[in-house]
Amino acid sequence: MFKKIKIHQGVNLNIDGEAEKIIVDLPKSLTYGVKPDDFFTIVPKLLVKEGDIVKNGTPLFFSKKNPRINFVSPVSGEVTSIIRGPKRKILEIIITADKKNDSVVFQTSNHEKLPLNEIKELILKSGFWPFIKQRPYGVISSPEDTPKSIFVSCFSTVPLAVDYDFLLKKDKEDFQLGVNILKRLTSGNVYLGLDSSFNGFFKEIENVKKISVDGPHPSGNVGIQIHKIDPINYGDKVWTINPEDVSNLGAFFRTGKFSSKRTIALVGSSVKKRQYYKTIIGTSISKILEFSDFECSNNNRIINGDLLSGDATGPNSYLGYYNNLISVLEEGNTHRFMGWIPFVDNHILSLSRTSFSWFFSKKKHNVNSNMNGEERAIVVTGEMEKVFPMDIYPMELIKACLNEDIEKMEALGIYEVAPEDFGLIDYASTSKIEAQEIIKSGIELMINEVG
Amino acid sequence: MNSLRRLIDNLKKPFAKGEKFEKFAPAINAFDTLLFVPNHTTKSGSHIRDAVDLKRTMVTVIIALIPALVYGIYNTGYQYYYQLGESFTFMDAFIHGAWKVIPMIAVSYIVGLTIEFGFAVYRGHEVNEGYLVTGLLIPMIMPVDIPLWMVAISVAFSVFVAKEAFGGTGMNILNPALTARAFAFFAYPTYMSGNKVWVSEASNVDSISGETILGSLAAGDQISYSTYDMFFGSIPGSIAETSASWVLLGGLLLVMTGVGSWRIILGGFLGGAFMAIIFNLWGANELMSFNWLNHLLAGGFAFGIIFMATDPVSAAQTSKGKWIYGILVGIFCIMIRVFNPAYPEGVMLAILLMNVFAPTIDHFVIESNINRRKKRWVLTQVKS
Repeated sequence: MFKKIKIHQGVNLNIDGEAEKIIVDLPKSLTYGVKPDDFFTIVPKLLVKEGDIVKNGTPLFFSKKNPRINFVSPVSGEVTSIIRGPKRKILEIIITADKKNDSVVFQTSNHEKLPLNEIKELILKSGFWPFIKQRPYGVISSPEDTPKSIFVSCFSTVPLAVDYDFLLKKDKEDFQLGVNILKRLTSGNVYLGLDSSFNGFFKEIENVKKISVDGPHPSGNVGIQIHKIDPINYGDKVWTINPEDVSNLGAFFRTGKFSSKRTIALVGSSVKKRQYYKTIIGTSISKILEFSDFECSNNNRIINGDLLSGDATGPNSYLGYYNNLISVLEEGNTHRFMGWIPFVDNHILSLSRTSFSWFFSKKKHNVNSNMNGEERAIVVTGEMEKVFPMDIYPMELIKACLNEDIEKMEALGIYEVAPEDFGLIDYASTSKIEAQEIIKSGIELMINEVG
Repeated sequence: MNSLRRLIDNLKKPFAKGEKFEKFAPAINAFDTLLFVPNHTTKSGSHIRDAVDLKRTMVTVIIALIPALVYGIYNTGYQYYYQLGESFTFMDAFIHGAWKVIPMIAVSYIVGLTIEFGFAVYRGHEVNEGYLVTGLLIPMIMPVDIPLWMVAISVAFSVFVAKEAFGGTGMNILNPALTARAFAFFAYPTYMSGNKVWVSEASNVDSISGETILGSLAAGDQISYSTYDMFFGSIPGSIAETSASWVLLGGLLLVMTGVGSWRIILGGFLGGAFMAIIFNLWGANELMSFNWLNHLLAGGFAFGIIFMATDPVSAAQTSKGKWIYGILVGIFCIMIRVFNPAYPEGVMLAILLMNVFAPTIDHFVIESNINRRKKRWVLTQVKS
């Protein structure tokens, strides 16, 4: 019962620094942080103030646009500070953990008998709704919709990706329960995207349709799988959720308590002790670095997420709400003498045949954050299509976004894409185009103008 | 290397933000980035970037042009001495050619880059590398005896009108190098066509006949050159267009590095061959019955298809569009050659014509993609 799809465009970047398959329990950190910036387009309205005592699952803020969507504390303790930026924008809500481990508890044992709207209400109140995102746009879904299907991509193809099978195989029951709940939310199917060579526990999950995906990155991106299996048309809604959040959702309906479990991998070639850590959302990153004996210097960049689409963050910041990956990248602020000559500096990974790098494609490459050039007008054509496996013209869509031409963006397929799908285009662009940023502002424009 | 770096950093100080010469920063940056790839790091979007940049891409094209250029310089001298009937060595021919060609390249770069730098400073953006290729292409497609001031004016026209008027690199509709040639062609026709311009000194020395193959054919004359001559390039013509073999070698580099679109190149040759075979079958005059293979080798066909039609900015930009564009360039090129003997250089006009139509081709290709999406939507509406 597998639907098979084959992805031809794209590439797996062979980068050094994957995590070893060892899972370690990370000791509790002193402080935890929640960053409203993790939630694209959400304007937060605070429910707590400094000094408030919160439990695991206590709402911290809600979405101004849709007050039903709560964002909750991942830990019990005291709100010690709320850090604001310019225009009083909330940057971080910092909670100092206590030892009590108190949780807000919901009555969920009878969930099989509950009607749909009560299930939704439980998910909203418990704080799980933000984990359910929607396409179009890749933003948090609205509880008023009924999606035509729900997609869970159970493998990741980003550079230095985590292995979801490895980090979730002990949570099979919770995952199955989570899937059962999701199935009730949609009028259609729940799809699990699996790597075609995959042989793990996801195969035994029932009540879903499985997709066997063959091909390089971005084939693991859920947007690509949706495009191939159940493409989004005008007015359609498809929901997506990360695999670990499915099992967290299952755990919630089993126990009645908000589960903020997060298994992360610390990756990047400059880290010696690269491994998986069991922790919770919002853990302080310095704790993770300290535990893996990594001393962060100015010459390192810590990224919440992957190398292509993650957010750069300081070592004193906190683990993001969604990511299973913390990437450490070397800063590349050095000059290279005559580095633009074709076929020199072949140690730098390049998809272009103007370097012999493809000759060493089996070798694991070291990477850094150098731009390897300067931004220029778009000249080269056809390179974006090589890494973009959708039936959409990426360059034309980018240009439509730059022109803020809503009609054209709509016609060219803005509903089907999210910024992450353009990660490789950012990477490969000869003219160093910031494709993800352009698509992101295009999506913001769509949300403001069309809704 | 560090001391050089320090020197440049010191030189750049007055150009920094808020300093006296801030406005001229693009000019000094152009020289700096020619020596060093900058130390800029990613600020947003993907944290890692490919090693390729526009400089590398453009320099690849220049490398691909070098075989044809070197042979063109040699052939300039070769034609001169050969037609004079003097004995000469390879070096004699090369030096004679270099003496003629290098000043043209220098004029083209000096005039063109001055304008480009001016616009970069005026608009406050970095200097784009596009002109490095254009500036070399322009002399390569000119007849050898064209006065330097005409080169200068053609270059200025092309950079101002074909490029900067549209917004600069990446925005132009017509290929700038071909626009320069077209300008010279229509502004100074006596220096750009006829039977006295294609061999060095042909207009001064009576014993030299500067007729090109296509010119002779258009006049209804027989030609004395063989397919072999055309392939290796010992024929009169614009400086670097004559040798199909060296041009193809450059084309091979473009295709292998992916810098030039193989779709356009293959499409162009297929389109040209198709049209030429049809004319062969028709065979109404000398040009029509000129063997189809020779059609592809003679004149600027190979050079135009490989180096001019593939300019990614003025060509079609979608994969399907590239096929259509390439094939049409080939077809029109042979058609203009054959039907209009006044313009034996059909390739220039064919490419410029298709440059104008490339956006239309892309429009229809993209429109079909849009319609596919619309149809999918309509289907779901019908179902529900």
